[in-house]
Amino acid sequence: MTTFARPTDLPSALALMSDGARQVLGGGTDIYPGAGAKLDQPLLDITALPELKGIHLASGLRIGAAATWTEIAETPLPPALAGLQQAARQVGARQIQNSGTIAGNLCNASPAADGVPPLLTLDASVELASSRGTRHLPLAVFISGPRRTARAADELMVAIHIPARALQGEGAFVKLGARAYLVISIAMVATRIVSQNGIVTDCAIAVGACSAVATRLPRVESALIGRPLDDLARHVMGPDVNAALAPISDIRAPADYRAEAAVTLLRGILGGIA
Amino acid sequence: MISFTLNGMPVETKAAPGLRLSELLRENLEQRGTKVGCDAGDCGACTVLVDGRAICACLTPAAQVQGTSIETVEGQSPVLNRLKAAFLRHGAAQCGICTPGMLMAAAELLARTPRPTEAQAEIALGGVLCRCTGYRKILAAVCDSWRDAMPSDTPVSAPLGARLVRLDGDAKVAGDLFGADVVPDGALLVRAVRSPHAHARFAIGDLSAFRARAGVAAVFTAADIPGRNAFSVIPPFADQPAIAASPARFRGECVAIVAFEPGAEPDLSGFPITWTELPAILTPAEAEVAGAALLHEHRPGNLLIEGKVSKGDATAALAVSAHVVEGRFATTYVEHAYIEPEAGAAWMDGETLCIRACTQAPVMDRDDTSAILGLPANRVRILPSATGGGFGSKLDVSLQPLIGLVALKTGRPCRMVYSRAESMASTTKRHPAEMEGRIGCDAAGRITGMEFVGRFNTGAYSSWGPTVANRVPVHASGPYYTPAITARARAIHTHGPVSGAFRGFGVPQAALWQETLYEKLAEKAGLDRLEFRLLNALRDGQASATGQVMEATGIAECLIALRPHWRRALADARHAGPVMRGVGIASCWYGCGNTGLPNPSTIRIGLSPDGRVMLHQGATDIGQGSNTVITQIAAEALGLPVADFVLIGPDTFLTPDAGKTSASRQTFVSGRAALAAATSLRAKILRLVNAGAGAELSLNGSHLTVREGKAQHVISLSSLSIDANGYALSAEETYDPPTQPLDENGQGSPYALYGYGAQMVEVAVDTTLGTVRLLKITAAHDLGRAINPTLAEGQIEGGIAQGIGLALMEDYISGRTDNLHDYLIPTAGDVPPIQSLLIEVPDPDGPFGAKGLGEHVLIPTAPAILNAIRHACGAEITQLPALPHRVLAAIKAARS
Repeated sequence: MTTFARPTDLPSALALMSDGARQVLGGGTDIYPGAGAKLDQPLLDITALPELKGIHLASGLRIGAAATWTEIAETPLPPALAGLQQAARQVGARQIQNSGTIAGNLCNASPAADGVPPLLTLDASVELASSRGTRHLPLAVFISGPRRTARAADELMVAIHIPARALQGEGAFVKLGARAYLVISIAMVATRIVSQNGIVTDCAIAVGACSAVATRLPRVESALIGRPLDDLARHVMGPDVNAALAPISDIRAPADYRAEAAVTLLRGILGGIA
Repeated sequence: MISFTLNGMPVETKAAPGLRLSELLRENLEQRGTKVGCDAGDCGACTVLVDGRAICACLTPAAQVQGTSIETVEGQSPVLNRLKAAFLRHGAAQCGICTPGMLMAAAELLARTPRPTEAQAEIALGGVLCRCTGYRKILAAVCDSWRDAMPSDTPVSAPLGARLVRLDGDAKVAGDLFGADVVPDGALLVRAVRSPHAHARFAIGDLSAFRARAGVAAVFTAADIPGRNAFSVIPPFADQPAIAASPARFRGECVAIVAFEPGAEPDLSGFPITWTELPAILTPAEAEVAGAALLHEHRPGNLLIEGKVSKGDATAALAVSAHVVEGRFATTYVEHAYIEPEAGAAWMDGETLCIRACTQAPVMDRDDTSAILGLPANRVRILPSATGGGFGSKLDVSLQPLIGLVALKTGRPCRMVYSRAESMASTTKRHPAEMEGRIGCDAAGRITGMEFVGRFNTGAYSSWGPTVANRVPVHASGPYYTPAITARARAIHTHGPVSGAFRGFGVPQAALWQETLYEKLAEKAGLDRLEFRLLNALRDGQASATGQVMEATGIAECLIALRPHWRRALADARHAGPVMRGVGIASCWYGCGNTGLPNPSTIRIGLSPDGRVMLHQGATDIGQGSNTVITQIAAEALGLPVADFVLIGPDTFLTPDAGKTSASRQTFVSGRAALAAATSLRAKILRLVNAGAGAELSLNGSHLTVREGKAQHVISLSSLSIDANGYALSAEETYDPPTQPLDENGQGSPYALYGYGAQMVEVAVDTTLGTVRLLKITAAHDLGRAINPTLAEGQIEGGIAQGIGLALMEDYISGRTDNLHDYLIPTAGDVPPIQSLLIEVPDPDGPFGAKGLGEHVLIPTAPAILNAIRHACGAEITQLPALPHRVLAAIKAARS
C-alpha cells in the first residue's frame, strides 16, 4: 500500500479508505505538531478532492469538508453564518486559517474546537461517505466525546450541511483566551437569534470549552423566545447555562471560572445584539 | 518527483510526500532563509507563501505543493523588497529569527492591501511570534512599506545619536544564518536521550546492539566525557554535568547522546536504558524541610547561596515609622521562549575543535567546553552563529559540549538542533520567587526602612543562582533612598528546571514585590503615587542600600518626564459600565555588569594596509544591537565614519574577549573598551604626523589623510610596516569597570554605573471576566546617552513585551507547557502602543555618558500593569501570571 495517497476523485479516495487503515490529512495543522520531519503513517490527503471543495448556497448551505477557514471567512454568506465566520477569523492565526479545514476541526473533536459552537447553532449535520454508502449525522451526534467521533475508520467527511431553516436570523460568536492570537479558548459562546418586530421567535445558543463536547443550551434558548431583542441578557439565568455544562480545571482556567465566564460571555453577546 | 515554482524558478525535487515543506526547503533544497521555531504551527517562523497564501511550512506536506508557486524570504518580489527596506529603516528586525516569517506574513497582506491599517497588519502578523521587538516597529514597518524611503531615513554614516540602520540588518532581512543554518558536509546528526522524570536513577544497558543499528554512528554517555563533567557559568560552583551519570536531577536532563549518519532516521526508540523514578523535591518549601534529601551532598539544606544587604537598623526604623505596609508576592518559572531553539555544528580543523552555535558568551563556551572535553582552551574555537534570541539562557552552554564530544571522538563533523520541547525542558528559566517583607515611611511619605526576604527556586544546578541571590538584595529597595534596610535572598535547589539568567537576574521579581507595596504606602501617606516615588527617588550624593554614594542618578528625571502623561492618563481613566480604566506606575534601577566582581572587555581596532578599519568586536549581538552601537562609539572616538569600518567576529580565534552579553554591560563595558581602543589608535595616527587632538581624519583607499587647519598630511598605509596584530596601525584596549566587592553586610560599590527608568501603564479591566486590556505604555528610561535611539526604543519595546508576558500569561510547567501553544507569550495583538521617552543623564563612567538599558526595560512593566489593575478595580494580584481567573478572584476579594 502507498503510505501517502492524494487522490483526485472521491470514488478513488473511498476505495483507498476502505481498509480503514488510513489517517485523513487536510491542512495538517493537527497532524504535524508532535510528528517528526515527515509523516510516514498511511495517509489520505483530501485536499485534491473536488467533491470536498467549495461552499454552495441552495435551499440549505453545503460547506465542502476541505473548505479552509479563510474560505469560510471570505465567502459572502447569510447573516446566520456570521458567528461561524467570526470563529473562522479566530482559529489560530492567518496561517492556520489558510490551511486548516472545517472537517479537520470537527474530526479532531477538541473540546475547544472553535468551529463547533457556531455549527451547533446552525443545526449542522455532517455527510460521511465510504465505499459502503453515505450517511448524514447531526453534528451533536457525530462528536461523541473529547477527541472522539462517530466516523468509522473507512469513512471520509465529505461536507457539512446547514438546513434552510437554520439560515434564518443572525449569528454571533465570542471567544475568551489569555492572548489575542494563536490561543486556545478558555470558553466560547455562539448564538443565532431569529426575530420578528424586535421579538425573538427562535434562537440557538451553544457553548464550547466548558464541557467535554461543545453543547447547546436548551433551557436558555426557551427562556429567550418571546423576549424583546434589546432585553435578552437579563433573561440568561446562570443555572440554566450551567445545567448544560461540565467544565474542567486545567492550565488555562479553573472549572468555576469557566462556568461563570460562559454566563458572562453569553450575556455580553446578547447585550450587544439590540 | 515533486515540482513547483520557488521564487519564480521551476524546481523539481525528490521528496517523501509527507515531508514537511520546511524540511524540503531547508534540507533538500538548502534554502535556509525559512526558519523553524516549533514544528507545530505555534510560532509562524516558517511562514512562506503558497500560491499567495501565507502558511506554516512546518505543517504543509510536500505533496500539497505540487504544481504551486512558492515564495520565501529569498524571493525578490517588489513587495518583499519594499518590506525589507521598511524593516531596516524602522529597526523592525532585532535577532532576525522571526523576520523571514514576519516578512512573508506581511507580503500576503500587502499583495492585496498595499496601504494597510495597523489593525489589518496586526491580524496579518498575529500568527508570527517575536520575542525581541515587542512588535511595534514591525507593525509600523508593514504599514509604511508603501512609502519611498527618504535619504534621511537611513543614514549610512552619522554621528553618535543618529538613527543608524543596524549594521547587520541586511543579513537579518535576507534570512540570517543561525545555529541550524550552516551544515558541514557529511555532518552526523546528534540527538540526546533525556530524563523523562524530575528525579530518577537510571542504568544504561548493553549499548553494542544499539551501536550496531543501521544509521547509528556513535553513542556517548557520561563515561565518555574525557575532562571534568561539571560546568557552571560561575566556575567555583561547577556542578552540572554535560551528560549526567545516574541520578538525573531534572526532567529533560541529558543522559546520553547518539550520533546518526547523515540521512538516517534519528530514531532513539529502543535505547537501552532503565529508569527508576525517585521522589522529587519540587518546591523550595519541601527542599528546606529539616531532613529533606539533598540535591548535592555538599550543600546542606539544599541552600546554594544566600545573598544579604544590611544597612542601619531596619526593624527599629519600621517600629517608629508613621506608616508601614507588608506583603507577599510569588512568581512562577518563566521560559525565555526565544524563537530559535538551540542549534549548532562542530568539526575538527586539524587539532582544533571548531564549534559554531548560537550563544551569548563565546569565551565562556570555550572555557566550559574545553574543561569538559579535557582540551586546552586554545584547541577550542568558538564561532558564534547569528543567535535567534537569548535573554540570558544562551549564556550557559547547552549543546556545545555535546557536539564537541562527537566531533572530537569521531573526528567527523556533526550538528544538533534542539526541538522546541527539548529546548524548553532542558535549558534555564527565570527563578520562581517567593518574597515577603515590610516597608515604612514617615508622616511626610519619606521611606524610613525596609525588611525583605526572598526565596528563589534555583532548580537542580547552580547556573546563575548565586548572581540572582546577590543582585536581588542590592536592588530590593528599588531606586529610592532607603536609610535602613535588611534584604536577604536564598537560592534553593529543587528537582525543577535549572533557573538561570533571564533579563534582570531576579530584579524583576523583587520589583513586583516592592513596587506593588509602594503603591499602598503612597496611599497611606496620602500622596499621589508618582509624587511619592519622586519624593523618594535616589539623588546624587545619597547612599544606596549597599552604601554606595550615587552619581548620575536619573530616576527623578524619568519620573518628572512622565508627570504630564500621568496627569493626562488619570483624567482619561473613566469607567464605562463593567469595564474599568486604571493607570499604574513603577520604576527600576539596575547596576550594569558583574556584581562587585571583575568584568573586563577587550576590543582591538586595526587599519589594514588597504585602508579599512577592522573592528575586532567580540561582543555577541543577539539582536540588541552591539554590532552597531560599539561601531558607532569607535567611529566617533576614532574620527572616521562608520562606513569605513569592517566588523570582525565574534570568533575566539579572531576577537579578544569582550565578555558575555549579559547584565546590560555591552554598551557600557565593551563600549568603553572600544572607546579606549579607538582613542589609542587615533593618538598613534596623530603622533605619526605630529598633529593636534582636533585634527580631522579621512580615508581614501590606502591613503589616510590628517587635516589640521590648512595643514594636510597623507599617510600611505600600504607603505607602513605590519605590526604584531597584522595591521599598518592598530590598538587593543581593555576596560574593567571600577567596582568594590560587597562585604559580609553587603556593603560596597558593586557597580560602576546604574541605569534608571519608570513606566506608566494604562489598562481597561473587564470586571465581569477579569480580562485586562492594555491601552498604552509610556516608558521613560535614563540611558545616559542614546547612542542609537532606534535601537534603544527597540530594547524598550521588547523588554515591555516580555514584562507583559510575565504579568499576564507566562507560566512554565515542566512536562505540561513545553510548547508555544500552552506556554503563552504575547502576540502582535497583545502589545499596546508604546511611547518611549529617552532621558539622558550622562554617567562619567559610561562611553560618551551611556548606560546599560537591556534589562532595565523589563523590570517596571509587570508591576506597573498590576498597579494599573489595582487602580482600575481594586484587585490585588500577588501571584503571577494574572490570568483572567486570578484577576476576577482578586476583584471579588477586593469587593467583599
